[in-house]
Amino acid sequence: MPLNESWQTAEIPGPKKASLIMKPDIADAMIRRAKRPIMIVGHGIVEYDVEGLKLIDCLIELATKAHIPVVVTASTNREFLSRGFSPAALMPAVDIGNRLTDPSWKGFDGKDSYDLAIFVGLPYYMEWTILSGLKHFAPLLKTMTLDCVYQPNASWSFPNSTIKDWVVSLKGIVDGLGD
Amino acid sequence: MSRKSVNLTIGELKSDIAHFRDVSISIGAVHQERWLEPMGPTPFPSLTTLRSWDHKLLGRYKPFYLPFCDLCCLCTYGKCDLTQSKRGACGITMAAQQSRMVLIAACIGAATHTGHARELLTYLTGKYGRDHPINVGDTGVEVEAPVTRLVCGIKPETLGDLEPALDYCENQLTQLLAVTHTGQEGNNLDFESKVFHAGMIDHVGMEVADIAQISAMGYPKADPESALADLGLGTVDKKKPVILVVGHNVSPSAGIIDYLRNKGNLSDVEVTGICCTALDMTRYSPRAKIVGPISWQLRYIRSGVPDVIVIDEQCVRADTLQEAAKVKAPLIATSEKNCLGLPDRTEDDVEAIVAGFVDGTVPGALILDPEKVGAVAVLTAMAMAPKRKKQGTEPSKEELVRLAKKCTQCMLCRRACPNDLPIAQALKAAAGGNLKLLDEIYDDCVGCGRCESACTQKLPVHSLICSAANSQTRNESYCIRTGRGSIQDTEIRKVGGPIVLGEIPGVVAFVGCANYPKGSREVAEMCMEFAKRRYIVCTSGCSAMSAGMYRDEEGKTAYERYSGAFEAGGIVNVGSCVSNAHISGAAIKIASIFAKRPLRGNYEEIADYVYNRVGAVGVAWGAMSQKAAAIAAGFWRLGIPVVVGPHGTKYRRMLLGRSDKKDDWYVHDARTGENVYGGPVPEHLFFAAETKEEAMVMVAKLTMRPNDTSKGRANKLANYVDLHKRLVGGIPHDVHLFVRTHADIPLTMRDEIKAHLDGHAWSEQPIPDPTLLPRMIHRKKEASDAAE
Repeated sequence: MPLNESWQTAEIPGPKKASLIMKPDIADAMIRRAKRPIMIVGHGIVEYDVEGLKLIDCLIELATKAHIPVVVTASTNREFLSRGFSPAALMPAVDIGNRLTDPSWKGFDGKDSYDLAIFVGLPYYMEWTILSGLKHFAPLLKTMTLDCVYQPNASWSFPNSTIKDWVVSLKGIVDGLGD
Repeated sequence: MSRKSVNLTIGELKSDIAHFRDVSISIGAVHQERWLEPMGPTPFPSLTTLRSWDHKLLGRYKPFYLPFCDLCCLCTYGKCDLTQSKRGACGITMAAQQSRMVLIAACIGAATHTGHARELLTYLTGKYGRDHPINVGDTGVEVEAPVTRLVCGIKPETLGDLEPALDYCENQLTQLLAVTHTGQEGNNLDFESKVFHAGMIDHVGMEVADIAQISAMGYPKADPESALADLGLGTVDKKKPVILVVGHNVSPSAGIIDYLRNKGNLSDVEVTGICCTALDMTRYSPRAKIVGPISWQLRYIRSGVPDVIVIDEQCVRADTLQEAAKVKAPLIATSEKNCLGLPDRTEDDVEAIVAGFVDGTVPGALILDPEKVGAVAVLTAMAMAPKRKKQGTEPSKEELVRLAKKCTQCMLCRRACPNDLPIAQALKAAAGGNLKLLDEIYDDCVGCGRCESACTQKLPVHSLICSAANSQTRNESYCIRTGRGSIQDTEIRKVGGPIVLGEIPGVVAFVGCANYPKGSREVAEMCMEFAKRRYIVCTSGCSAMSAGMYRDEEGKTAYERYSGAFEAGGIVNVGSCVSNAHISGAAIKIASIFAKRPLRGNYEEIADYVYNRVGAVGVAWGAMSQKAAAIAAGFWRLGIPVVVGPHGTKYRRMLLGRSDKKDDWYVHDARTGENVYGGPVPEHLFFAAETKEEAMVMVAKLTMRPNDTSKGRANKLANYVDLHKRLVGGIPHDVHLFVRTHADIPLTMRDEIKAHLDGHAWSEQPIPDPTLLPRMIHRKKEASDAAE
């Protein structure tokens, strides 16, 4: 399977395409470099349960270790609450996408604009269009996706990969952040 | 209104002043005015007449652009890369280009409805005469055409009176399309204003189409108890000859039903339909049957059940001729807009056309005469049925397993699927004899067939899915209330007050296509949930069908469970796509009949009323088409929010409010003239929800209006909070933004909401008499100002 083709074949991207995250270290470096990261988690993430590991737990660990505020969309909230994790905000995906295009928006804590938005778990085509909106209208924001499919409109994206390889990569990112 | 052409010819006239010979005088139209209401400020508005109103809305709901393509390829300067701040060779920006594409889509949609209306009106005036009276409700409907009255300032009384409205629509659509030419409009918000204009025009076109066919074709006339019709593939009697009609224009279907009626054999042939034609032919004859929404085209044709296929216009698959040929069913094209390369046989003898179909030498024909279509379709179906024996192309279970073994697991089927369905995984299981996964995919499949086009092994993937779900499809047996058309004035008088005061929590309209993210069942579930909560639920188009394709725990469909009246807890099927005008019309009637606001050519004031006071929300959960874009735009200009499913982000932009920006939400208090905070209601004008659950919570939130009484706001808040707690979890984070006074708090939620308010530095605020129009501030205030 081609690594850097849009997962949905016809969603051909424009001239500017996402760089590939071939190693977890790259994602770790981006996260460490960011001063104001934020993570947006869609409902799709709750569907993944790989060999007993629920990926939502992996994301909670990542967010906790890196001190990244989490915005949950749709009905994802319940899954986080049941794990004792309180998201920073509960907001529809198009709403948070819209706010991220506003350079005057100072975030949920009112302190400053976000400089890195990490997306995971939205329907592919919806994430594609929202990332397109951010690519064009939020020039100061970097975006990264943690899904197992290539999202060309992000700044950085995983390649198309198997679920098993994806889990290894996610674990690698979490491990790379240290304790 | 009456409009007559006058032609006067004088052979010879001698008078004291002159001697005339062979004089001919022609007067294009004489308007005879019988409507006493004074003309409002904006009859027949041009592209910029309502610009200021549009910009008020667009100031609150700024576009969030979601470019679907980074390039512009509309002229030979291009392709132009518009990434980020780059401009095209013509100077256009990405924002303007996205709005331009939305305008093109809205123009296509509005032109399609208006073209449909023109074709229907020409056909009906030819058949019934221009003087045939408009009658959309035998009793209880005096405002017969609220959209046309509002926009055009005319009151149509006959079919001929509808012509000026269509002339206007066609003129405006030409101007709007011209706007999209290279080097015309360059500002994104002005493009957006014109999108709203196209939407408004669309609703006029739709209204003309539907009231013409209701008036002339004997459809239900605003009847809350219109007949129930059969719905689903399982309702079709396969022992009989079967005709399938696909599209949106009822004329050929009516020709088929008329032919069968005249021959006395209506019960001998099954007349079945897909898409809006199906809805309209059940309004013409409830004995006709609806197979399903647009997404049922491939699966029904391939089932082999139809013996002849008749297509008219809109939403017809472009490969219908090829699919029909595979099951040896002749195809009759009936619209100038959709000829499919077929020979024109309109002038040929019926017997000759039928003979060619039956002996298999002719796969299809174009026939542009609805009556002839009726005769050809019926005679062909009766002759073909014994020959064809309903032979389809769906493989047997054994064949399915054999074919599934050819799958190489390349995943291209999944990558081509709009809903990313796990087709390859299901085929792998099927190859091992387990068909459960394929069967499950059927429910979520939108029937596009892209999986087959992508398959490197040329597997008939969609047919494999249908074959696995064969027992399910054959048992699809439901019912639908036939489209009733208008909402009665008397119904409006009963519910107008409770809606405006908020005691009925809202009007929710489920409209549009069937590009659902997770199958049609979600629409039925949403409809039933809101009806149970005593909202007024309206349905139309493919969504009206989807609403009926589910049975509750007692085995009842939505239409059997709930009344068809426009009342709290009713589920009101207005009809086909063009019937959407009755939903916007109902909102307009609330302003006009209940609140007694002047209607005639008075768009801004009525829209201002609807926006600030009528808690209506549209839901187009599977919106796919350009027509859906135009329909939505017509609702936006009236200030009615629209929620779409996740595929709706492909419409290239959302119109989103910012509840955190308090300055955006100030209104004029019409009582005092002061500028006061009205709260972020409705929060968004165009919103794509990720899931059904998110949509339901958003719908409940978007029914709130600044004018709500405390009792009404408490009712709306109770639904919002309850749905949020049940579907999302916990109390909404933003509930403090919607509580204006302590009296707004629902009694049963008092403690938890008060605790929330305490944590958000909340304080009481006045409830305004809201308006966005300075001229609506009461004269009393202006007089007192002048006195000071």
